[in-house]
Amino acid sequence: MIWFVAGMLMTALSGVPGLFASRHGHGGERLACLLVLAGVASAAAGVVAVLAGGAPALLNQPWSVPGGELALRLDPLAAIFILPLCLVVGGGALYGLGYWPQRDHPGNGRRFRLFYGLLGAAMMLVLSADNSLLFLFAWEVMAVAAFFLVTTEQERAEARRAGFIYLVSAHAGALALFALFVLLAQETGSMHFPAAASLAGGSATLIFLLGLFGFGFKAGLMPLHIWLPIAHAAAPSHASALLSGIVLKTGIYGLLRLTSFFAVIPAWWGWTVLLLGVLSGIFGVALALAQHDLKRLLAYHSVENIGIIAIGIGLALLGRSYDVAELTLLGMAGALLHVVNHGLFKSLLFLSAGSVVHATGTRELDHYGGLLRRQPWTAVCFLGGAVAICGLPPFNGFVSEWLIYLAAFRAISGDELSLRLAVLAAPALALTGGLALACFVKVFGVTFLGEPRTPAAAVNHDAAPSMRGPMVGLLLACAWIGLLPGTLAPLLQQAVVHWAPTTGAAVNLTAPLAPLPLVGAAGWGLLLLLLGLGWWLQRRTRKAPRNVATWGCGYLAPTPRMQYTASSFADFLVSQFRFGLWTERHGGKVHGLFPVAGEFSTHTPDAVLDRVLLPGSRRLAKWSSWLRARVQNGLIPTYLLYVALTLLFLLVMVAR
Amino acid sequence: MATHFLLHLVLLLCFAPLLQGVIVKTKALFAGRAGAPLLQPYYDLARLLRKDCVFSRTTTWVFLAGPVAGVVVPVLASLFMPFGALPAPLSFTGDLLLFVYLFGVARFFTVASALDTGSSFEGMGGAREVTFSCLAEPIVLFCLMVLAGIADGLSLTALFGPHLADAWRGPEGFSLGLVLVCLFVVLLVENSRIPFDDPNTHLELTMVHEVMVLDHSGPPLALVLYGAALKLMVLGAPVVRLLLPFTSGSLAGDTLVFLAGMLLLAVLIGVVESTMARLRLIRIPQILVGTSLLAGFALVLVLR
Repeated sequence: MIWFVAGMLMTALSGVPGLFASRHGHGGERLACLLVLAGVASAAAGVVAVLAGGAPALLNQPWSVPGGELALRLDPLAAIFILPLCLVVGGGALYGLGYWPQRDHPGNGRRFRLFYGLLGAAMMLVLSADNSLLFLFAWEVMAVAAFFLVTTEQERAEARRAGFIYLVSAHAGALALFALFVLLAQETGSMHFPAAASLAGGSATLIFLLGLFGFGFKAGLMPLHIWLPIAHAAAPSHASALLSGIVLKTGIYGLLRLTSFFAVIPAWWGWTVLLLGVLSGIFGVALALAQHDLKRLLAYHSVENIGIIAIGIGLALLGRSYDVAELTLLGMAGALLHVVNHGLFKSLLFLSAGSVVHATGTRELDHYGGLLRRQPWTAVCFLGGAVAICGLPPFNGFVSEWLIYLAAFRAISGDELSLRLAVLAAPALALTGGLALACFVKVFGVTFLGEPRTPAAAVNHDAAPSMRGPMVGLLLACAWIGLLPGTLAPLLQQAVVHWAPTTGAAVNLTAPLAPLPLVGAAGWGLLLLLLGLGWWLQRRTRKAPRNVATWGCGYLAPTPRMQYTASSFADFLVSQFRFGLWTERHGGKVHGLFPVAGEFSTHTPDAVLDRVLLPGSRRLAKWSSWLRARVQNGLIPTYLLYVALTLLFLLVMVAR
Repeated sequence: MATHFLLHLVLLLCFAPLLQGVIVKTKALFAGRAGAPLLQPYYDLARLLRKDCVFSRTTTWVFLAGPVAGVVVPVLASLFMPFGALPAPLSFTGDLLLFVYLFGVARFFTVASALDTGSSFEGMGGAREVTFSCLAEPIVLFCLMVLAGIADGLSLTALFGPHLADAWRGPEGFSLGLVLVCLFVVLLVENSRIPFDDPNTHLELTMVHEVMVLDHSGPPLALVLYGAALKLMVLGAPVVRLLLPFTSGSLAGDTLVFLAGMLLLAVLIGVVESTMARLRLIRIPQILVGTSLLAGFALVLVLR
């Protein structure tokens, strides 16, 4: 525990010495990076030591805040969230040396590093707090630190708008959490978190709904995902990696911690989470497919992956409601593993995307092309991340989706018809997976393959070594979970037991997870066969001439502009989802026999923020100002009437 | 175990191109022509493997990954799929999802290698391919769920076990019939056959799968063709098993029943290709969604 707390403090203060360093020197940023690395290493060591010890570690110190106490608790459930956090925070700090060096960003580099360390430490505190007040305190620090990361480039209007929307949604969610913890304290009589399965769940409808709203906002569950796409796009890439890979997961953690308190879970809780998960999964990926801004697209994929995690949680909750321990185990193990996996591969993707943006200076997919030749390291890392996020073997995404699928298939042998319906999550997952594959083939193909579409893409430098290191490290972590998933099975089992203590007694914990090593073995088989046959083919075709043009069906003057773009690749598929996306199309009409040069563009705005919330708020504001003009009309007689009416009202009230 | 393993691989690797020959022959007979010899696909493969190849200057190593994944994936996936009454050499709980996702790997790299050429035609083919297969994926899952509801166990060997013969006669028979239809549709879509795609079309604009491999030549093209043949056999095996759920008991008998079933399936595909026209492109997603509904209906019947 002491190692963990020391690591947390070191991370929190990592940016402070830099404030006193020169605006243009290396010293501050190197010291900050070193402190973050030492901090996360120490915290991770602390967590691993606790896991090896077996029993959860507790720390309890008095705190002068009324009702508050400095209570920390490290158990396997928290450890599953903290370990990827350490990896991503440390990797991001190292990446920042090459991506956001102080000499290129003298204006905001120091501020960025201050809040980066603070955000990392605040999340460690959120994940280990054992007291409601401490949790809320850490939650607010996290929200505010993330706000400053989103608005790093505050001179740009886009970043200011993103920061504003992020702040509004973070605080709307936090408001719900304040109410939630007050209600929880009424139930238990103290601000200390209750033990797992110690509360009767039946009357806790309001608590659950508040939790779903507050934590759902942070996690980005559809339709509460509004802040995600803009905030992730506006922040520097290693901050986006942290936001998408880890900050979202604190929402999932909150939901899990909250549901673990209750002994009895009503079935509709599970169904609600499951349905929200299916909605987020399908619409998240469909919206992603329609985007042509690289980082916005990745952000929508976070919505999709949060949906997949929610499907796993929903199945596990149903397993608890219907007393099917195996369903609980598989669903929760899948959801938790996907939390880890998404943290790894999404950070990897954001870091590689950052390397592309850094080199080309644009986020527009249709301006890229042929970057594989110029950025071989970035391309391989992005390819690994893309294969992983599509849930394809031999990487880690497949393992967690496999567990969630198995949970859905287990539901089919349930006793009650209503439980058996939960199996319908499987085709929804399959559709999500198919769409994710289409989307990432598009991104990889358009960015790294073919010919450069604009001069911006004809760059000639790959990621700097300090950026390459974290990317390769994350890629190896993805491969490790994909190829040796059995190594994580004990941790997953322990975490599930901490979430639902009755599971341990009801079912043999190892049996449902037993095929995991076989999944890993199949991954090895695939990898080795691919490498073997690929090596043979490479050797066989070594002498082939490589100086001819691509077959253009006889057309002799093809240009790179004629290549399929991201938008044209996705168009056929997006048109199948017209009913939910309402893509806007501008131009593209051709008139006459000899048409003049025209232009065509498509744009898919967010279904909730741009279609409902902003127009709705605008109308509400207009209506309010109309009403104000009627009430405050500046005529003395009206005001006298108001006074008279108020007097009359008060008289009636008193006389009664 | 070792004999099973070897028999499985030998059946797959040696027999697969023959199915393509049978389809072509059937179509030729329908058209009143003599047609190419049955063994023509083998001759083609041998010729292509001997040849040299040419690469576009745009391509990179990803261009070779498509053909490689196209061959490796069906071979690996076949190890989990029982061939008729012959059980699969490898089997574990949940291998059915591995089977489905392995084909995702092949699709990813095939489309990536198409995009690697920078040709708009190949991009178009890739876009169509991913659209169709992402609509076909829920159908496969619905079918597997129906079969999982009937069987006890979650491996492909358990799903296509000997209980199917009884299930056909029982109340689940109707669901199995629907599953058979749906799996046949998936087989046609995934292997780019008429009415979803025409493997013999001569216009790049109308192609789906063929346009993605326009730039491949020599040994890579041989791998593409061989991979397509393997995929047809591996995806045809479940259809054949559903049609002929008999277990004779002897290894030779089981093998013969399976091979006869595969030949029958090839003839059936040839008949479909000869008697149907290709669907318009925009109709294909509608047909696939309709098939999903059919498969969903089969599931409702089983869940009830």
